[in-house]
Amino acid sequence: MQIGIPREIYPEECRVAATPEVVTHLTRLGFAVKLETDAGRAANFSDAAYAQSGATILTSAAEIWESSDILLKVRGPSEHPVLGLHEASLLNQKQTLICFIWPGQNSELLSRLSDSGAYVLAMDAVPRISRAQKFDALSSMANVAGYRAVIESAGEFGRFFAGQITAAGKVPPARILVIGAGVAGLAAIGTAGSMGASVRAFDTRPDVKEQVESMGAEFLMLDFAEDGSGAGGYSKTMSEEFIAAEMALFMEQAKEVDIIITTALIPGKPAPRLITAEMVDAMKDGSVIVDLAAEQGGNCELTQPGGVASVNGVRVIGYTDLPSRMPAQSSQLYGTNIRHLLTDICPDNNGQIVLDMDDDVIRSMTVTRNGEITWPPPKIELAIPVQASNSPPPSATTGRVKSSDKQNNVTTLIGLGVVMAIILGVGAVAPSSFMNHFTVFILAIFVGWQVVWNVTPALHTPLMSVTNAISGIIVIGALLKIGAGSSLVVLLAAVSLLIASINISGGFLVTHRMLRMFRRDV
Amino acid sequence: MSAGIITSAYIAASVLFILSLGGLSHQESARRGNLFGILGMAIAIFATIYNPAVGNYALVIILMVAGGGIGALVATRVQMTAMPQLVALLHSFVGLAAVLVGFGTYIDPTVGYFGVERTIHNIEIYLGVLIGAVTFTGSVIAFGKLQGVINSRPLTLPGRHLINIAIGLACLWLGWQFISPGGLEAGLNPLIIATVLALIFGAHMVMAIGGADMPVVISMLNSYSGWAAAATGFMLANDLLIVTGALVGSSGAILSYIMCRAMNRHFLAVILGGFGGSGSSSSSSVSDQQVISISHDESAQLLREADSVVIVPGYGMAVAHAQHPVSELTKFLRSNNTDVRFAIHPVAGRMPGHMNVLLAEAKVPYDIVLEMDEINDDLPDTDVVLVIGANDIVNPSAQEDPEGPIAGMPVLEVWKSNTTIVLKRSMATGYAGVDNPLFYRDNTKMLFGDAKDSMEKVLSALK
Repeated sequence: MQIGIPREIYPEECRVAATPEVVTHLTRLGFAVKLETDAGRAANFSDAAYAQSGATILTSAAEIWESSDILLKVRGPSEHPVLGLHEASLLNQKQTLICFIWPGQNSELLSRLSDSGAYVLAMDAVPRISRAQKFDALSSMANVAGYRAVIESAGEFGRFFAGQITAAGKVPPARILVIGAGVAGLAAIGTAGSMGASVRAFDTRPDVKEQVESMGAEFLMLDFAEDGSGAGGYSKTMSEEFIAAEMALFMEQAKEVDIIITTALIPGKPAPRLITAEMVDAMKDGSVIVDLAAEQGGNCELTQPGGVASVNGVRVIGYTDLPSRMPAQSSQLYGTNIRHLLTDICPDNNGQIVLDMDDDVIRSMTVTRNGEITWPPPKIELAIPVQASNSPPPSATTGRVKSSDKQNNVTTLIGLGVVMAIILGVGAVAPSSFMNHFTVFILAIFVGWQVVWNVTPALHTPLMSVTNAISGIIVIGALLKIGAGSSLVVLLAAVSLLIASINISGGFLVTHRMLRMFRRDV
Repeated sequence: MSAGIITSAYIAASVLFILSLGGLSHQESARRGNLFGILGMAIAIFATIYNPAVGNYALVIILMVAGGGIGALVATRVQMTAMPQLVALLHSFVGLAAVLVGFGTYIDPTVGYFGVERTIHNIEIYLGVLIGAVTFTGSVIAFGKLQGVINSRPLTLPGRHLINIAIGLACLWLGWQFISPGGLEAGLNPLIIATVLALIFGAHMVMAIGGADMPVVISMLNSYSGWAAAATGFMLANDLLIVTGALVGSSGAILSYIMCRAMNRHFLAVILGGFGGSGSSSSSSVSDQQVISISHDESAQLLREADSVVIVPGYGMAVAHAQHPVSELTKFLRSNNTDVRFAIHPVAGRMPGHMNVLLAEAKVPYDIVLEMDEINDDLPDTDVVLVIGANDIVNPSAQEDPEGPIAGMPVLEVWKSNTTIVLKRSMATGYAGVDNPLFYRDNTKMLFGDAKDSMEKVLSALK
């Protein structure tokens, strides 16, 4: 099948749906890849690099749209400035389009797409199940956005992040509050922490406390019992009382911290208003707010989507294109998500895709097909591992271990008792000559027991072959009988002498051969 | 040579055998341990030959040279992959020798015992012959199963436990007949019948045990061959035989115990057999899932990009003789500064330590060959795990399916690594007959084909 990658036409969009490396993988899967000229230029991937990876470079966007079976894009279709028509109208019903759609916010686009009859997979509709993690482009973009948010804030913030004590005086560390500990929030926490800032984070879902703490940040607790975990690991809207308590916390924090990074989003709804103008006022001069929810209306009242607002000495950054500001990284991650998706739907590695609507992942991602809108998908049971469920078992297991220990002790005691009783019973009837041999026998068992326990597993086979050779000691029995008078006895002894000799030489030699092979690295 | 000198020679031999087993515990002292064993054996044999009771010197020398020659020939010719078979075969020799020596002792007219001493002597003969007989046929069947002559699936006759119990009771009754006062002829019939029953018992017992439990069977037979030697020592009133037999017996028993623990099974459950014939139905729920297969080139690519690689070999590596290409691959990756280690499950292969021997033969340095417990914690940080012909020992259902037939068995947690490549001939289940959910994981890639062939192709793709 033909894969076409047109250049992104959205203003200032620097990403591209596939990097040269991804193209290599796609051609290996059996696809033919066509690329519009300069599609990767803004992300620093030259046409030459793509050509080297096996892509055909075409100058005309129209030709790409027309001749491809699968179209890969980053942004959803929009009015094409050069062709003068909407990209969706270039699609036909034999084609498959894979890109971000945001069907919840773009109903007009959705109806245009369904009119075209094309099969459209929305990269923003990947369900949050572990099997689909490798296609989860939202997570990979959020990761980039979180990182970039810290970098942008550092650019606007006039001071160091890390605390220092220098000859020129003491510098306190920057105090950063991250609101929302999703993928972007955690990435921001990690980045800010590694730059030396003192980071605290807040989230309505108590489950993420552990994740926040694992990144080295302090988790701000609200003294209020309400769980904000919604379906699929995302957040839900909270009660009024909760929001009031939350706002009080933010007000208090605003006075303390230097930088606030907000990442709070609720799927399919406008971003919650968390930072009021009043809070911005309360912040120190020179403070910075980065609003990652700017595109969905912003978490901060004063956010101007797409730009930087300066209010009372506080800079409010509302860029909506953070992933696009790191185009090489974002394209690489997005392209890899796409590649995994294509690998999954191309089961025979023959360049043919199979779209199975019974597959939960494909079903969720499909927003239109055959002229029909299939969004929103039916609810599927989402399995998100809940951290808390892992903790109870330990106490139970230790309990069991203890009881089995006790049981072991009892068994050992009973066993010892039985052995003693048998020895005593034997001693009561057997003559002393037998008891001498018996003593030797019991002692030898214990010596063997003590000696063999420490054997390293690697030597189990040599140990076995050497004990095998040693048990050829039965040759002595044969020797002692071979001088007997009866010819039948001699015959029996002769046969055992022969096979026991095989055993001795075979066992020792093969052990020697094995041991010679064991060598340490030189 | 006086009896005193013979006894001191025997003491020296016993001490050397103990040192030998002790030496075999660690790599550094292992070769010395083997030498101690040879020295002890030489001392014991020479001291015995000087015993006045030994005659027929010409015959002795001919037989010992012939036997030694055959042994040496076999030992130098045998393939390392065939080691379990060889060990099983050698065990059967000890068993057979014990049976023959027992009969010889019984019908030897020069030995005269009376009263209680005679009873004890006869019990010793009876036990020695029986243990020897069980060891003999058990080992022969084990040999056949390992060699592939006999189907390694467990043979579960209807009412097999009843058969075993009946044989046991019959042997007790025959034993009573055997030691009851009477002439030599009167005792011979019960002894012969009991021996035949024991031969059947040994064969039946091992027939019922599946191929995956062979490490336990081999070490158990090792133990039996020791007890047979010890019983022979009792009937000949020879302390050296008793000591040596007891050493071997307890060492084999410990090995069996270690193997059983590695499979989280009870020794009795293994011996009673029947494992591996059933249980395949329990996990059918996963079998409709898809596996992700991978090509040789892609495998090479993954290995090239990996910083750390762990190789998990199993019986399949032995079957395919893939240890040499695996070693080549290891060398190549290590020369490219990739951290390569081997993870050995205690019951990988068909004999305790089987994998270590194969890897040593292929010149893999033993300090990068690690045990399960040493490496399990490192697996989550490993980029690529290469599973070569192993199945049950990397099965996550041992931990995740509490009802499954291998629940609780310690396994190598390869699924926690970034990527697992499984080399396998087909999607058949392992010897435990349990489906393996590992194959259906997203981070598991299947490289189908003969392990040796696949390894060679991956290696050439790497170069």
